[in-house]
Amino acid sequence: MVRRVIEQVYLWILLLLLYAPIIIIIVYSFTEAKVLGNWTGFSWKLYESLFDTGAHHSLMNAMINTIAIALIAATVSTVLGSIAAIGIFNLRARSRKAMGFVNTIPILNGDIITGVSLFLLFVSLGITQGFTTVVLAHITFCTPYVVLSVMPRLKQMNPNLYEAALDLGATPMQALRKVILPEIRPGMISGFLLALTLSIDDFAVTVFTIGNQGLETLSTYIYADARKGGLTPELRPLSAIIFVVILILLIIINRRADKAKKTE
Amino acid sequence: MQKDNEPIIEVKNVSKFFGEKTALDHIDLSIRKGEFVTILGPSGCGKTTLLRLIAGFQTASEGEIRIGGKEITQVPPHKRPVNTVFQKYALFPHLNVYDNIAFGLKLKKMPKDVMEKKVKAALKMVGMTDYEYRDVNSLSGGQQQRVAIARAIVNEPEVLLLDEPLAALDLKMRKDMQMELKEMHKRLGITFVYVTHDQEEALTLSDTIVVMSEGKIQQIGTPTDIYNEPVNCFVADFIGESNILNGTMIKDKLVRFCGKEFECVDEGFGENMPVDVVIRPEDFYIFPVSDAAQLVGKVQSCIFKGVHYEMVVLCDDYELTVQDYHGFDAGTEVGLLVKPMDIQIMKKERTCNTFEGKMVGENRVEFLGCEFDCLSENIKGSVAAGDAVEVEVDFEKVNLEDNASADMIEGEVKFILYKGNHYHLTVHSDWDEDVFVDTNDVWDNGDRVGITIPAEAIRVMPAKADGNVN
Repeated sequence: MVRRVIEQVYLWILLLLLYAPIIIIIVYSFTEAKVLGNWTGFSWKLYESLFDTGAHHSLMNAMINTIAIALIAATVSTVLGSIAAIGIFNLRARSRKAMGFVNTIPILNGDIITGVSLFLLFVSLGITQGFTTVVLAHITFCTPYVVLSVMPRLKQMNPNLYEAALDLGATPMQALRKVILPEIRPGMISGFLLALTLSIDDFAVTVFTIGNQGLETLSTYIYADARKGGLTPELRPLSAIIFVVILILLIIINRRADKAKKTE
Repeated sequence: MQKDNEPIIEVKNVSKFFGEKTALDHIDLSIRKGEFVTILGPSGCGKTTLLRLIAGFQTASEGEIRIGGKEITQVPPHKRPVNTVFQKYALFPHLNVYDNIAFGLKLKKMPKDVMEKKVKAALKMVGMTDYEYRDVNSLSGGQQQRVAIARAIVNEPEVLLLDEPLAALDLKMRKDMQMELKEMHKRLGITFVYVTHDQEEALTLSDTIVVMSEGKIQQIGTPTDIYNEPVNCFVADFIGESNILNGTMIKDKLVRFCGKEFECVDEGFGENMPVDVVIRPEDFYIFPVSDAAQLVGKVQSCIFKGVHYEMVVLCDDYELTVQDYHGFDAGTEVGLLVKPMDIQIMKKERTCNTFEGKMVGENRVEFLGCEFDCLSENIKGSVAAGDAVEVEVDFEKVNLEDNASADMIEGEVKFILYKGNHYHLTVHSDWDEDVFVDTNDVWDNGDRVGITIPAEAIRVMPAKADGNVN
């Protein structure tokens, strides 16, 4: 009995510690105080001023940039990564292993290294840094993750499926579209979502490739904001919204996964 | 009738290499329209490769393949008039039964109503009516294979290729499906090319069996031909059970084996020629010792097999396998008799090992990539160092060792034949030449062995004039 109580208490303390920061942010997004930790009564004011574009133009702009970059980078890297995975999968055993290894290096590589090397690359090629370079950089570090999430689907696939499609009269392109693609789609979706969160999250690579044309993403904006002294209060409702949206997304994805498991 | 004899598939001098390995070695095969042909062989014999070349999943390294008179050696699979049934079904998991079967028809842009009729007919053919909208993953193995067959035949191919389609099913299911396949072949009237390693399946289903081993065709014939008149030891050993013995053809219609002379029906082998004798276990008559007995022996073991008893009888030195409805207990003295009709005689492919070699010094000869000592009395004719020579070694003089030492040539046991009182092994040496060995020791397929040849076993003679011009 005592043991069970201790177990429960331990679990709840742990969960509380894990979620305390986000809970505090959400709670204090519903008050007007400029300083975090000051409760001045319930209010929607911060939410109102967040969406009142005049007041916090740069913050909303940063968010829109972040989402645009994430969507473009995730889409492109999903396409590139899936094609790469199919290519690597069809190599002979030895080259497949070698390519698999080469693919994991960027993942294990520190963000800072990736950022610096991309920065140097863009500078040496004389490319002006801005939106395009950030997108390119994000595609670069997202693609290996897509390869990693598509590969297991290919390995699980019955090796004769592609041949069966050809045998039934499909051209190689049709076989790819009608048979291989549906088979690896779950891997592509999880790769896309992974790329999306990685891109939204990224700071180190972004900061090296964003240039000085005034482009801001959420992470660079918050960083700059914090350095100016104190966080803009509107960040609190913004964080709360992002948290809730991602929570909902996660629940949907998990539900889908459960359903897929049940039908198998 | 004339139309029936037209060849639909012609494989001409086809070889396939995977890097250094030869998967198919100059295959010639002609398959007639409407035939049920089985390609039979142990795993790794190249049978699946041959099927994949016909289907177009791989292309031949050499030679030519024709289907319906058209050269298709380099044609991609989606343009060939054949359809394949795979061993692991290869149904599309994201489509239901109906869409799986309609896959090929949809690609041909067939009108919906025609397509529906065809899919229904195909489902009926395989006994799966009412399964149209089932998820393929919810079906049993046998049902999945039926859908796979329906998916292939709905396209009305000229040839249906089947790659071990029943291998993944359990015995009972397999037997049922065999009968159904045979029935289906009759109703459809198209050509079936069926690959299997199961000799019983091949005998049951086929009009023609093609026995393959080591990338070569060993024998082509009807099931009865293959069973009753195997052309070599490999076929005799692989198809059914058999006693394979060393014998001597004394003269036409008289053969000697197990130390006795027997009448037989074969002729044309010459006098006193060494031959291989094949007797099927069920062709022996077994009875208590009497004057009628050609061979007398003692029963070593007796096992009840359901329909018959299988007994091992030791006659002099030879262990013979005998099957009969009546069992005799172990230890019983019995007589054996075999009718002349039931003795199958095969020409020996070789009576000793022959290698190409080279003299490297006095009484020192090089072959199989190694140097060996030999005795001067075993050197025929005059050969000097540097001369190309032919080397002969008797089967029983070759020694095999478990642990190869550094100066020995090594090899892998790849075929074992029990000859009644000894084993005849084919050892594939690392020098890439086969060495044939008679031994009483028990080895397993795939064993790594060291090969030694004593000096007195090596016979050397000058190479034939048309050999090495070195």
